[in-house]
Amino acid sequence: MSDFFTTAILVATAASGVRLAVPLLFASLGETFGQRSGVLNLGVDGIMLLGAFGGYYAVLQTGSVWLGLLIGIVVGMLLGLVSALISVTLRAEQGISGIGIYLFGLGMSDLLFQKLVGTPLPITKFPKLNFPVLSDIPVIGELLFQHSVVVYLAFLAVPVSMYIINKTTFGMNIRAVGENPEAADSLGVSVNRIRYATVIIGGTLAGVAGAALAIDLGIFQQNLTNAQGFIAIALVYFGAWRPVGVMLGSLLYGFVNAIVLQLKTLAIIPPDLSDFAAMAPAIITILALVVVARRFKAPAALTKPYSRGE
Amino acid sequence: MTSAVTQRRRQSKYLAFLIPVGAVVAALLIGAIMLVTLGANPLEGFQALLKGAFGSKDALIATALKATPLLFVGVGITIAFRANVINIGGEGQMVAGGLLATLTALTLPDLSAWIMLPAVLIAGLVGGAMWGAVPGALKAYFGVNEILSTIMLNVVAVQLMNYLLRGPLIDPGELERGTRIPQTARLQEGADLPLLFGDGRFHIGPLVAVLAAIAAYILLWRTPLGYRLRAVGLNPDASKYAGIPVKRTIVLALTFSGAMAGLAGAVLVFGSESHRMVTDGSTAGFTGSAGFNGIVAALFGGLHPIWTIPASFLFGGLLVGGNAMQRAVQVPSALILALNGLVVVFVVATDRYRKRMLARDVRVDAPEPLASASNSPPTGGPEPPGEKDAS
Repeated sequence: MSDFFTTAILVATAASGVRLAVPLLFASLGETFGQRSGVLNLGVDGIMLLGAFGGYYAVLQTGSVWLGLLIGIVVGMLLGLVSALISVTLRAEQGISGIGIYLFGLGMSDLLFQKLVGTPLPITKFPKLNFPVLSDIPVIGELLFQHSVVVYLAFLAVPVSMYIINKTTFGMNIRAVGENPEAADSLGVSVNRIRYATVIIGGTLAGVAGAALAIDLGIFQQNLTNAQGFIAIALVYFGAWRPVGVMLGSLLYGFVNAIVLQLKTLAIIPPDLSDFAAMAPAIITILALVVVARRFKAPAALTKPYSRGE
Repeated sequence: MTSAVTQRRRQSKYLAFLIPVGAVVAALLIGAIMLVTLGANPLEGFQALLKGAFGSKDALIATALKATPLLFVGVGITIAFRANVINIGGEGQMVAGGLLATLTALTLPDLSAWIMLPAVLIAGLVGGAMWGAVPGALKAYFGVNEILSTIMLNVVAVQLMNYLLRGPLIDPGELERGTRIPQTARLQEGADLPLLFGDGRFHIGPLVAVLAAIAAYILLWRTPLGYRLRAVGLNPDASKYAGIPVKRTIVLALTFSGAMAGLAGAVLVFGSESHRMVTDGSTAGFTGSAGFNGIVAALFGGLHPIWTIPASFLFGGLLVGGNAMQRAVQVPSALILALNGLVVVFVVATDRYRKRMLARDVRVDAPEPLASASNSPPTGGPEPPGEKDAS
């Protein structure tokens, strides 16, 4: 039992928790933009899966992880555009249309994988950065300064999102459109244009999340995300529509998953008990949903399609 | 009412019915394009699909069995949606129903089928109902969005299943052999779903599902409770004013919805060929994604329990035929799942036009009050399900 508590293992676990939080963080930050503008995109998991396959396949063919990430961005952007078309222009019921996108992504990514790749082949992973001096600091070095660029990009996206949402005109428009689209419209803000922008941002980040997940694991398989996209949506509520809250939620999942994995590897608890432990973040999230529902107000126009004066 | 009006009404009802059919046709056309892109002959592929789904007695039996969980879940979806509640938790509710039914079979002594069979089916119903009641209560009394809570309960259910099947409920034989496959022992024979037609595969599951659909129809349109469910779905504020206990009704809607999915879980376990509950670590491994595909069937059936019967049969057929297609033209059957996704997208994206078509017609009959009602701001027309809840 004491094995687990040696500093080395503790630090390694925490470091892998930071890494495991990355796909959730990208996806849920993206979803935050959409929800702040009043659009709930339930298709995140499907977009992640297609971004993951696109990224995986690009790396498999070219060996370049950056090209893989780029493909993830392009795939995510396109699917974001399609999602926006469905929920903004066609004003479809958001609670269901996203399930369609999810099923499409789940089936399509599996289809393409089986047809184009077949047997799972490992791919190049992201290179770890090595900072002079910093990476060699004991504990903190391993925890913070031995990750790949993608990890830093994900955490950098948190203050950037905060800045965009809270300090820029674009962000003000996002919030206005999410709270009171009629008023925003009457002041000359194009509700549809803003919502297109946020849903495409959300799709792009979901695509990045998927590609980052596949390249981080170095593999692709059917249903690679295992519902992480759905968890990301819940994390937006968990974080009360604020980037920092969303980050804390992602880290919670990352750490718990890392602990569960570590306990499994060390085999110090029976494997069946680790399933029980893996349940913890989901239950915490449900409890957090209760607290958030009481304390915070969701964007008033969330899930409501907008049409001018109809 | 003039005959011209009646005729027009019939016409546009017909048109409204054509939209979901058009959605499937459009999805199949896109499927054909995909098949061509992947270097397969779409005609050959679809022919194999149809033959594999409906072309023989064996195919029809396989289709009916595949359609069964879709029908249960779909019927549950119609109940929830009629009350304006979105239930995305079919997957978790199926798992919960399957687990409680399995637990019941493992706990009870070897009794006759007359006791065992109802016991396990009711256990499945109760398991799913509990898994639906929780998000219902969270929504009604704490304002938690049911889309999120049902999603999170899916995650909890899969972990619970993995824990129970790897741990307390594991087949003792697996432990002895050291193989540790996460599955229960063969469940007692009294709980096997009785087989029909001497076929060796066709069990009573499909019949139970059809009965459930009829029961849901009676519940929704022939009982006071059903009236309350639909009233809350159409207008919660007016319902409250009329003295309907809105919160309790919302809890009941999700409870019924979960109960149906729970039955699907029980039927999957006791109608399976191995007569065990097995996990591969994911919900889809147990449910075959029926918790989501059932939504497709319900939407295609116009959120009506009776129409969901043929809709489930159709989508069950597509799923079964997908395997035949895979063998014939070497395109993975995952294509069918992707096409199902497109059907959902097409149906919900055109839903507004369908509603407008139906509404326009009612206006011919009674211009004054209904015309104003369907012009109500901000979205116009009857509220689509789930729209009111945002917090």
